Amino acid sequence: MFDDFLVRAAFASVGVALAAAPLGCFVIWRRMAYFGDATAHAAVLGIALSLTLSAPLFVSVLGVCFLMAMTVSSLNGKGFAMDTLLGVVSHSSLAVGLVAVSFLSGVRIDLMSYLFGDILAVGRTDLMVIWGGALVVVALVAWRWSGLLLSTLNPDLALASGFNPKREQFILTVSLAIVVAVAIKVVGVLLIAAMLIVPAATARPFSRTPEIMAVVSACLAVVASLTGLRASYVFDTPTGPTIVCVSAFLFVMTNLMTRLIRSVSLRKLLKRDELSL
Amino acid sequence: MSKKLIECESLSVLYGKRRVLHDITMSVGVGEIVTVIGPNGSGKTTLFKALIGAIQPSSGKLSKASDLKVGYVPQKLHIDETLPMTVKRFMNLPGGHPPEEVTEALTHAGVPDLDKQQVMDLSGGQFQRVLLARALLGSPNLLLLDEATQGLDHRGAADFYRQIGEVRKKLGCGVVMISHELHVVMRQTDRVICLNGHICCQGEPEVVGISPEYRALFGLDKDEAALYLHQNHHDHQCGSNERGLDHV
Repeated sequence: MFDDFLVRAAFASVGVALAAAPLGCFVIWRRMAYFGDATAHAAVLGIALSLTLSAPLFVSVLGVCFLMAMTVSSLNGKGFAMDTLLGVVSHSSLAVGLVAVSFLSGVRIDLMSYLFGDILAVGRTDLMVIWGGALVVVALVAWRWSGLLLSTLNPDLALASGFNPKREQFILTVSLAIVVAVAIKVVGVLLIAAMLIVPAATARPFSRTPEIMAVVSACLAVVASLTGLRASYVFDTPTGPTIVCVSAFLFVMTNLMTRLIRSVSLRKLLKRDELSL
Repeated sequence: MSKKLIECESLSVLYGKRRVLHDITMSVGVGEIVTVIGPNGSGKTTLFKALIGAIQPSSGKLSKASDLKVGYVPQKLHIDETLPMTVKRFMNLPGGHPPEEVTEALTHAGVPDLDKQQVMDLSGGQFQRVLLARALLGSPNLLLLDEATQGLDHRGAADFYRQIGEVRKKLGCGVVMISHELHVVMRQTDRVICLNGHICCQGEPEVVGISPEYRALFGLDKDEAALYLHQNHHDHQCGSNERGLDHV
């Protein structure tokens, strides 16, 4: 079954979608969008490291992303604002990574495939790494769900209920690093943040509770991934960006639709009032 | 002597080099209601954060009863509009309460039939009641209320304090609350702690209310002194006028 590259690509994108979307809800709720973006940028340094040391890509990207996230978290509030720190750390590691890659002689590197992903080149091992990472993230988020939610609402409220908000933050940071590391092959460094944020943002108007929002966003992400994959095959376009395009299209359409429904029901309400008058 | 729920001994808290709290020695026993009052920046909220463990004290001792179960009502809780949350879900966070218990808690707090509403859509007063109802779920033995009546009207605040009194009787829990309104909480409070970086004075509300430390802390005497000065000044002017007349 996994002999076909399209089947492998489909499974890879679904794996990333399932892990990224629920985590993306927390990224939105905690206003960490820039944090996710910065972590993804730092991944370029991880790519350079893996090429230099010929270490596995997953491990070195995970390591660098994790280090970056921990550095930023620990320096936060010590004289610098969060977004300043993220700007400094993420762009520096992106730049250092790009420079380091240019020093590598002998290997011809297709940088584009790292920046925008190369989902059609996903092999059996990649698929295993992607699903392994995705399952770990989903399990972590599901296991810590209450604590994560409560410390997102208010850290003191979490403490009073016996959850340590710092530990929950650490779990989110680890999960984010894992998602970045597994998503590189699928959508690339520059578009990972979109996989996190767009499905979650699309799910918001349909959701009454955080759980519904997580499930709906995961479903939307899977639909966007499979449709994007199909569209890129039909139109012969780069797959990662096509998936993100479909995701963005869903976001725009659902927002237009909810506005339309709201204004129609408002008009009905007004009409009923007129009639009763 | 009743059992102590929480006890601190010469507790100090530093923010960087700034000493926010020092030499705090206090305790809360079972069934006791303690009110902490103090001007802005006197460290009331910091004391609370130290009590729930959000801030590590830089020195001193903090001991808690082994079966301590805290119910906490924060001063303000902003729920981001990106986070969908019904009242029912919020009450079950962390979860595991039977639905009847949740309904009863909401009814008791004076906000029945709200459970399907989004928390964001509640008014300030409604939300404050929901917060109290949530804090009371799971029968805590220590309630911490940080200016919990903010956003409530007079009647709401009175209802709120009456409910606290009932809860204390029913659950036998200790209560620590921060409040500005000594005159309102007076009847419900066993002990008042006057805070300004350190404990200025503490005792029964009637005693604290007339103590010079309390009056100095809230500038109650200063107003009278200013009035007195003004009168003096007035007399003085009159005097000089009279003198002037004498000269002419």
